[in-house]
Amino acid sequence: MKKMKLVMVGNGMAGVRTLEELIKLEPDIYDITVFGSEPYPNYNRIMLSPVLAGEQGIQDIILNDLDWYKENHITLHTGKKVVKIDRKNKKVYADDGTEAEYDRLLLATGSNPFILPVPGKELQGVIGYRDIHDTNQMIDAAAKYKHAVVIGGGLLGLEAANGLAIRGMDVTVVHLMPWLMERQLDKSSANMLQKSLEAKGLKFLLEKQTQELVGGADGRVQSIKFKDGSEIPADLVVMAVGIRPNTELAESAGIHCNRGIVVNDTMQTFDPSIYAVGECVSHRGTAYGLVAPLFDMAKVCANHLARLGIARYQGSITSTKLKVTGIDLFSAGDFTGNDQTEEILMHDAAGGVYKKLVLKDDKLVGAVMYGDTKDGAWYFQMIRDGRSVTDIRDHLMFGQSHLGNLGHQGQDLAATMPDSMEVCGCNGVCKGDITKSIKEKGLFTLEDVRKHTKASASCGSCTGLVEQILASTLGGAYAPQATAQKPMCGCTSHTHEEVRKAIVENKLLSIPDVMTFMQWNTPNGCASCRPALNYYVLCAWPHEAKDDPQSRFINERAHGNIQKDGTFSVVPRMHGGVTTPDQLRRIADVAEKYKVPTVKVTGGQRIDLFGIKKEDLPSVWADLGMSSGYAYGKALRTVKTCVGSEWCRFGVQDSTQMGIDLEYALDRMWTPHKFKLAVSGCPRNCAEAAIKDVGIIGVDSGWEIYVGGNGGIKTEVAQFLVKVKSKEEVLEYTMAFTQLYREEARYLDRSVHYVERVGLDYIKEKIVGDVANRKALHERLLFALQGLGDPWANENVNKREFESLTV
Amino acid sequence: MSNWKQVAMLEDIPRLGSRVVKSAEGDIALFRTQEDEVFALLDKCPHKGGHLSQGIVFGKKVACPLHNWHIQLQSGEAVAPDVGCARNFPVRLEGGVVMINLK
Repeated sequence: MKKMKLVMVGNGMAGVRTLEELIKLEPDIYDITVFGSEPYPNYNRIMLSPVLAGEQGIQDIILNDLDWYKENHITLHTGKKVVKIDRKNKKVYADDGTEAEYDRLLLATGSNPFILPVPGKELQGVIGYRDIHDTNQMIDAAAKYKHAVVIGGGLLGLEAANGLAIRGMDVTVVHLMPWLMERQLDKSSANMLQKSLEAKGLKFLLEKQTQELVGGADGRVQSIKFKDGSEIPADLVVMAVGIRPNTELAESAGIHCNRGIVVNDTMQTFDPSIYAVGECVSHRGTAYGLVAPLFDMAKVCANHLARLGIARYQGSITSTKLKVTGIDLFSAGDFTGNDQTEEILMHDAAGGVYKKLVLKDDKLVGAVMYGDTKDGAWYFQMIRDGRSVTDIRDHLMFGQSHLGNLGHQGQDLAATMPDSMEVCGCNGVCKGDITKSIKEKGLFTLEDVRKHTKASASCGSCTGLVEQILASTLGGAYAPQATAQKPMCGCTSHTHEEVRKAIVENKLLSIPDVMTFMQWNTPNGCASCRPALNYYVLCAWPHEAKDDPQSRFINERAHGNIQKDGTFSVVPRMHGGVTTPDQLRRIADVAEKYKVPTVKVTGGQRIDLFGIKKEDLPSVWADLGMSSGYAYGKALRTVKTCVGSEWCRFGVQDSTQMGIDLEYALDRMWTPHKFKLAVSGCPRNCAEAAIKDVGIIGVDSGWEIYVGGNGGIKTEVAQFLVKVKSKEEVLEYTMAFTQLYREEARYLDRSVHYVERVGLDYIKEKIVGDVANRKALHERLLFALQGLGDPWANENVNKREFESLTV
Repeated sequence: MSNWKQVAMLEDIPRLGSRVVKSAEGDIALFRTQEDEVFALLDKCPHKGGHLSQGIVFGKKVACPLHNWHIQLQSGEAVAPDVGCARNFPVRLEGGVVMINLK
């Protein structure tokens, strides 16, 4: 088949990202030609501020080098500006006479700095702040001249002023409005910002209107005059008062523009063979000047260029973070508020902390933070997810609980950490390693950082810190993905919820069925989606869906826990932590017979045998004659118990027997992640039930049931669900909650994450309020667990898994 | 002289799975893809020596069970940005018989 021709005008971040996404989807349907007016390949425009501040060089911020264009067979014309589009004959012409034919044309012409129409604007030393050329001019000027004036106290203006001041210039920021960054900040936070910038040596003139730029005999600017008659010296004037979408070319070709090239939700212009992305477009009346929305547009546009035709761009909620070292500032969404919104406010002027949250209809719609922005990403995600905050409103202002996130020396503020401090205690990654990778490798998402640096890629407890580092390094270019729309993995665009719904509604019984039905874009998935799908089909269709061992992690295939040397550990079940001399004798015999190097008592009240060779596992199980403790699985682990009323002089309920009964009832149950219970016989809570997925506390008059606790990666105290009287009720409520978690949580979410996502009110309504629903959930779990065999029993062992071949 | 040796029948290896072959060169992981292609790598992840034979096989890659590095079955190379290579051995199928060349 003959390839179609795709021509792109503009070689910036939005356009090139569109090409990258297109190549991922359909590498071979187009011959691609790119025109860029700058003499460079695609570079990271948001890193111009660090270049100006001398923290980085131009070569560090190149995102796609010339080899990238070559490897992808893209014809690149740098330093050539397209001046004409002939839509009738589908051809473009550059200023040097180069021409190119197209079947599809992509306009990514970006924006131009807005230059105030004042006398003297053409003088030497008067520039905008937009590209490498402007940056170089500023660096040159800083070496030769003293006085700099930046017109515009917005994000870009302040970053420019900060860079020039670091380069030794005397910098004054002139701003028309009564406070700085009025589009991102309210007055209080802007005043705090201004104070800290003044402490760094910047000067400010607010509510000043520029009248004229005055030049000297050499044709260079020498001062600036204001409407009120005052005047200050200026050897360099940087105009940072805003950007204008660059629509000149589109307009000259008769393409409909209205403060930007007008596009629909598929990024198509009024000419169906012409698409547009980036800062040059106007979508639903909005033109965006931040990077994050541009990437969303790129994805949608690529989808349509690849002729898939299923993506829609529906606008973006943006967030802002100032990239000035030592200043911590964040804003997102609609933080101004109106008569339909409510505000929660905290202001500690002496401590330098200001936070404002704006709520509408019980949902968070905007946030401004100064001095302490560690929860910025969390708030932003909540704004995008549109989750009701009723149940957490009383502590919303204090941010996400970071209590007990270990491994980074108790730090929860990335801004105050030195570069040499370890952020990720699992993989030994320091803050400096992360910022360096973000800048030099052009990383934009948490997944990028995890792939390249491994920070937060293991246990994930430092995710919050890594997100903060991303946000402060990238500024407004960082947008955490709304979890509600996050695809399961790179193999599909569907979310966990969409996939689970399809499995239930269409009775999909196997992984290949799901992949075919949901149009997976890889032939057999990946190591991340296959285990999830295997769990989802088994959970939805117990006794009907077929388990696929090849889609399980090795631990669940070998029914033991793989150790770093490739041996396995074996933990037999001891219901409720109760054992017998006979069991202990058998364990001792096995330990001797197989020369087990380590025998350890676990935190879950049972015994772990370490260092068992894989090929010995089946005979170890046979010799033990006990059932599997599932210590290796996303499954029911243990029910921890205290001794209870049978022996304890304080105990008011028989917690041990309750634990044994629960462990028998839930045995062999697969769950989205590991699942632990505990039962205490009195409120002294010796079984530590408050940090378990389900914790049960015996009181004189019955039992209290708590859910969603966690003691590992994220320490979280379980929340009170209900108080009941009888053992039957404990089993019914516990099993109903467990089944709800099994049916609704995303694979690899612990119950704490699930409860946090849906809210405790929702759980109460489903389990406590709705009796019929509780009974139905209970029934479904009883059915799912009916007649399951033990994986260690001889008849269930898959011999092929354990025997090796020889040559 | 031929170094090709018979190691297994194709059906000894599960689809999207692996078997371990004990050899003089050390343990070798024999992989079978969905399309019944067979590959052989030294059973040692270039990262921290994890047993690749125990990983999840997808497409023509395997995910190491220890730290989830993705290794390409054909070359043994780690998928970027990770860098490293597991030794690979030539394998061929003759009818249903898997042959391996250890030299």
